[in-house]
Amino acid sequence: MSRQTSPTAFTALLRRDFLLAYRRRAELLQPLVFLLVVTTLFPLGVGPSPQLLANIAPGVIWIAALLATVLSLDSLFRSDYEDGTLEQMILSGQPLALIALARIVAHWLVAGLPIVLLSPLLALWMNLPEEGMSILIKSLIIGTPVLSLIGAIGGALTVSLKRGGQLLSLLVFPLYVPLLILATSAVSSSVAGLPYTGQLGLMVAGLIASLTLAPFATAAALKLSLT
Amino acid sequence: MNRLYLFFHKTGSPPWFYKYSGYLIPWLWAAFLVLTAIGLYLGLLVAPADYQQGESVRIMYLHVPAAWMSMMIYGLMAIWGFIALVWRIRIMEVLIISSAPIGAAFTIIALVSGSLWGRPTWGTYWVWDARLTSELVLLFLYFGVIALYNSFDEPRKAARAASLLSIVGAINLPIIHFSVLWWNTLHQGSSIGTSGNSIHPSMLWPLLYMAVAFKLYYGANLLSRARLRLLKQDHRKRWVQDLLTKEST
Repeated sequence: MSRQTSPTAFTALLRRDFLLAYRRRAELLQPLVFLLVVTTLFPLGVGPSPQLLANIAPGVIWIAALLATVLSLDSLFRSDYEDGTLEQMILSGQPLALIALARIVAHWLVAGLPIVLLSPLLALWMNLPEEGMSILIKSLIIGTPVLSLIGAIGGALTVSLKRGGQLLSLLVFPLYVPLLILATSAVSSSVAGLPYTGQLGLMVAGLIASLTLAPFATAAALKLSLT
Repeated sequence: MNRLYLFFHKTGSPPWFYKYSGYLIPWLWAAFLVLTAIGLYLGLLVAPADYQQGESVRIMYLHVPAAWMSMMIYGLMAIWGFIALVWRIRIMEVLIISSAPIGAAFTIIALVSGSLWGRPTWGTYWVWDARLTSELVLLFLYFGVIALYNSFDEPRKAARAASLLSIVGAINLPIIHFSVLWWNTLHQGSSIGTSGNSIHPSMLWPLLYMAVAFKLYYGANLLSRARLRLLKQDHRKRWVQDLLTKEST
């Protein structure tokens, strides 16, 4: 077995994940279409009043992003688990946390980043005032990686279960509460002309904390699922 | 053998745990009943009614200790989960999953009693206030641990998954708490703390009696549940077989 250095392994894994994602384009689109559909349901449900929509816009967009992420999390490790790739990754001798991090980064790039790119359209639909737009995008750029990082722990814990999807949402939604509060409050504050850097700062702190801790928790959960 | 190592080995062995927890449980139940009787007597009959809240303040003697327990049990679950994951002590795996339903029950008691208390004092059963919300999220965390445990067929794997989740949840719990605190607050601040109490002794004492009584209840209930779970898990093992034959003769 040839021993590769960890950075090489990391990039190799990323490349593999992109290739797999590219070949399963239709599957990738599903959470994004879901995001659009869920956001469409809100004006239909609460009425098309522009003022009301503007008030609830940050929350609706963030909740839709949260739901779309959780939808894509179930498949994060599942196919690798089912065909035995995950076992080979563990046997490769590379640190498992690094492998997990590579998967998480790939997940964010193919599932989180598109949400960020779609968010201006959603903001337009929800009649979010223009002052809030840039903060919404910033909050999603900072926040969606956290969704992937924390969600990966849940995905790894439920990977060996047959119907892990519902359980996964029960496990990770409570953990997303602080992020949701901070993000929506940052956007609402910016719309109201209030300072919002504190919320964004706390979100960055959450990003750093989950970036350092979540890969190890994910690795532990993966090991546990494979025994 | 090192004495400490021996102690851990013994405590971690199911027959030893089963035997000695059996001695402890009746005492815990008895102490719980005595302290609850004293606490309820002092709280419901002796302590004065609040000048503002009237008789409804007596809900506090149930509500506050239950809320304390709900948080303490989750913290303990994280500690036991850590021990279970690091040292693979099976008793800890049993303790963590036996704790979860008790903790969830205390959380429900705190939520329900709080909402019954909120109706006469705040004029509403439920508000999206910081403490209520974080208590509700805590309940969901408990549900998550229980659901995750029940999803696995193999009890040891299930317990280790639940351990990991409780640790992740326990790291998040203060963050959740402070984020909702900052988000919205109606609930009064803590009346009891290290910097001095803003509660009269006639009300503090029944509260403390109830708090200790609830901890004893937790101990008794936890050990009873853990013993039952051990018997179920080990029902084919020698020590359980021996125990059963001894009891049947």
